[in-house]
Amino acid sequence: MPSITGPEIERLIQLLARLPGLGPRSARRAALHLIKKREQLLAPLADAIRVANEKVVVCSTCGNVDTSDPCVMCRDPRRDDKVLVVVEDVSDLWALERAQVSNGRYHVLGGTLSALDGVGPKDLNLDKLLARVTEGGVEEVILALNATVDGQTTAHYVTDMLSHTGVKVTRLAHGVPVGGELDYLDEGTLAAAFRQRTTL
Amino acid sequence: MEWRDEGIVIGVKRHGEGAALLELMTREHGRHLGLVRGGRSARMQPVLQAGNSVAVAWRARLDEHLGSFQVEPTAQRAARLMGSPAALYGLGVLGALVRLLPERDPHPGLYEGLEVIVNALDDPALAGPLVVRFELAILQELGFGLDLAQCAATGVRDNLAYVSPKTGRAVSAEAGGPWRDKLLPLPAFLHEGQGRQLPGPDQLAAAFRLTGHFLNRHVYEPRGVPAPEVRAAFLAALLAAAQR
Repeated sequence: MPSITGPEIERLIQLLARLPGLGPRSARRAALHLIKKREQLLAPLADAIRVANEKVVVCSTCGNVDTSDPCVMCRDPRRDDKVLVVVEDVSDLWALERAQVSNGRYHVLGGTLSALDGVGPKDLNLDKLLARVTEGGVEEVILALNATVDGQTTAHYVTDMLSHTGVKVTRLAHGVPVGGELDYLDEGTLAAAFRQRTTL
Repeated sequence: MEWRDEGIVIGVKRHGEGAALLELMTREHGRHLGLVRGGRSARMQPVLQAGNSVAVAWRARLDEHLGSFQVEPTAQRAARLMGSPAALYGLGVLGALVRLLPERDPHPGLYEGLEVIVNALDDPALAGPLVVRFELAILQELGFGLDLAQCAATGVRDNLAYVSPKTGRAVSAEAGGPWRDKLLPLPAFLHEGQGRQLPGPDQLAAAFRLTGHFLNRHVYEPRGVPAPEVRAAFLAALLAAAQR
């Protein structure tokens, strides 16, 4: 199909179409919207992207992304140094912060072990985790990893890795999600929920 | 093109926003990939976990296309297996072994074996010997089967104690005695007719050394790929479970 816009706009559409949640059609709509709101949206967005590109760094302590190193989470004096929450990805850290369930420090692994995808321990941020735990001060490591085969394989590996440190290692409970109907749950999740039942 | 089959989930990869690329070991169609639309939904994610069994319908316009799967769960074991490190490492080992097979090449015998093993993976006493036997079966299917039925030197079928690291043939204790340092020990539970014995930790470690040697020699080294790291973790978890 012949191009109906100049190469600059086509490039903008192509780049937007690479973003999660956007396909070619929605990218075209987004590009048109940006162009129509040039002063209010396009220029500030371009500036924000440029600044983010210049300033965003990976925290050398925890693996989070921020505009400073150490990141806001690692600098915050109100956070509990005794609790270290291990997550797979920065998006998981953000999810836990949205839920406000922990006031501990974080550690981002940057993925999970996967034999099939060739992801081994050396590919993850595990050395720094071990160093943070062994240097003292941490009393509990919470493994907030996905309840997937790869996530739980990683959880067991980290548990083994930290076993000699004497630090308490816990993981998130598995069970019935809020709004979940028992009839639709798989047998394994039901069994895990039964094992981890609590007294009311 | 369309077929229906049953399969065991080997692996899943994200594909776009909502789809998943599913890798199955099927009974009639071997290791097979396909796209699952909506595979990343809350309903499908628990189903598309390694170790689960599913009934699938595969459709594509042409046979050589990737095609798409429609998936129904038949046995969801993943949540049960997640409680055991040995089981999870075992899933990794089995997945890596199945990936040695060419795609779309039927191996119904291996499928049957795989189904038995994934059901027993959370029992460390059974999982170890079963995975060793699966490694032997993979070597056999790839054309590098070991001959553990009789002595390569004398032809006797009893008292087999070693395996030649070059030929993969068993050697009796008498015939192999003078060269014992150059031969690989053959654990008793791998003798033909003695398959019901459960091995101790030493025998299990020797069995993994035996199969590991031939997998490296015939499969990993010629293909220029390292043996999966998870294999060592699996054996360590089995030995740790045996000591408890």
